[in-house]
Amino acid sequence: MFQFDSFAHFMAMDGHGVYVWASYAITFAVMAFIIVSPLLRARQTLKAVKLQQARSARHNAAQTSSQ
Amino acid sequence: MTAETKANPFAAIFFRDLKLAFRHRSEIANPLLFFLMVATLVPLGVSPESQLLSVLAPGMIWVMALLASLLSTETLFLSDYRDGSLEQLVICPQPLWQVVLAKVCAHWLVTGLPLTLFSPLLGLMLSLPAAGFMPMLASLALGTATLSMIGSVGAALTVAIPRGGLLLSLIVMPLYMPVLIFGASAVQQAVDGFSAVGTLAILGALFAFSCMVTPFATAGALRVSLHG
Amino acid sequence: MASLPQWFHRLGAPKSFYFMTGKWLPWLALSAFVLLSVGTIWGLAFAPQDAKQGNSFRVIYIHVPAAFLALAGYYVMAVAGAIGLIWRMKLSHMVMKSAAPLGAVLTFISLVTGALWGKPTWGTYWVWDARITSMLVLFFLYLGVIALQNAYSNQDAANKASAVLALVGTVNIPIIYKSVDWWYTLHQPATLKLTGGSSMHPDMLQPLLVMIAGFYCFYALALILATRAEIIYRERRTSWVLDLAAGKQGI
Repeated sequence: MFQFDSFAHFMAMDGHGVYVWASYAITFAVMAFIIVSPLLRARQTLKAVKLQQARSARHNAAQTSSQ
Repeated sequence: MTAETKANPFAAIFFRDLKLAFRHRSEIANPLLFFLMVATLVPLGVSPESQLLSVLAPGMIWVMALLASLLSTETLFLSDYRDGSLEQLVICPQPLWQVVLAKVCAHWLVTGLPLTLFSPLLGLMLSLPAAGFMPMLASLALGTATLSMIGSVGAALTVAIPRGGLLLSLIVMPLYMPVLIFGASAVQQAVDGFSAVGTLAILGALFAFSCMVTPFATAGALRVSLHG
Repeated sequence: MASLPQWFHRLGAPKSFYFMTGKWLPWLALSAFVLLSVGTIWGLAFAPQDAKQGNSFRVIYIHVPAAFLALAGYYVMAVAGAIGLIWRMKLSHMVMKSAAPLGAVLTFISLVTGALWGKPTWGTYWVWDARITSMLVLFFLYLGVIALQNAYSNQDAANKASAVLALVGTVNIPIIYKSVDWWYTLHQPATLKLTGGSSMHPDMLQPLLVMIAGFYCFYALALILATRAEIIYRERRTSWVLDLAAGKQGI
């Protein structure tokens, strides 16, 4: 059953609240970062690849048209 | 078979390295001077009071010996790498682990052994209690040999990296810690009146284990560094 | 369905790994989320507090799983490195490269939560006890591997060198743990127990098990995501990545 009398008590945790909530907050923030950053990295790489493709396509088009 | 093909590759490389080291005799003094000067830093930074120093002495001397050994590990393969002879040694038909073993032995004779022999002087300066001197010598002798073996892996991994010296320290230090723990404990136990033999035996076991494993790891690391 | 060996063989190719794991990801993410949510709420609100430590005990529900995964993660990294060295599998090296920062972060989490646990419980943020010191050394081992990987400009050399270092570290981890343990018993006769160990009450143990399972799912998820990002980066000149970038559907 719920271990605390009230929400205020839940937050304070008899004085230990700062440490417990800080631990959980830091941990989940870091875990979220670990999940999000590879997703961003993959997207960035794909975007860069797309740009590079477009650039070389323009370059090839320019080359063939100048011949 | 001619005499040359029967020559012992271990002996050949061992004596070559010793000869090369003695050509730059002054460089042998560098880790020793470092050792000595760092020993001076401790009373300057902490307190010159003899009582306090004698409490710190076993661990401090060991830490400083470890640092001095770490500094000199970089030189194990570096000059050979720079002039191309490391490449030649790696592609030689002799087993590379033998080459590594020979180099590490020669290296220890000019770095670890002098540190060990110097340690009584530092013991004197840092008020090490009398009971600690013999265990200090024994633990440093075994310990610096183990540190040289472990350090060779790091040296091989970082030899081809520009400014690899600091990276070498980072890589190798966690691996050094067990040797430090047992080495300093051996001296501390003797100072406290107990027998250090058991701890020295553990140090010996660490040394034996490192002799078995590290030459092969170092050989593999050399191949990776040079041939990528 | 193709035979098991064929399935493994396909898993080992970067391209098929990418698309196969793409199908698993939603389920893995869901499992991780559910397990972690249930475990967290259970541990924070419904598990009893410890008789001696009070509510600060609740930090155990993230500290212990993070520490477990930090240590397990090192072995994952080392095994991936070994497979890459022995069988020259590109993908294995990519997994290893992704496992290194992941493990380092988990070790960091375990150290930080350990410190935040220590303050209300024993009055100090940092204690040089056996387990914390071993965790710190594990952190250094991870940092060494990461630093070595980034020091080489040649990708192949970086792969192999860091694999060698990870393997050397693996051999050393039991030695380090044992020696730190021994060192600690020499200097600290009083026993500071970080957890109740196996003598934990089931009401406290059950949410912990849920959290450990949740962390394992999280680890797998993070590792796969990071490996996929690494695959995209390393294979960025291949046609399938070019197709992916252009938005065309893969196989």
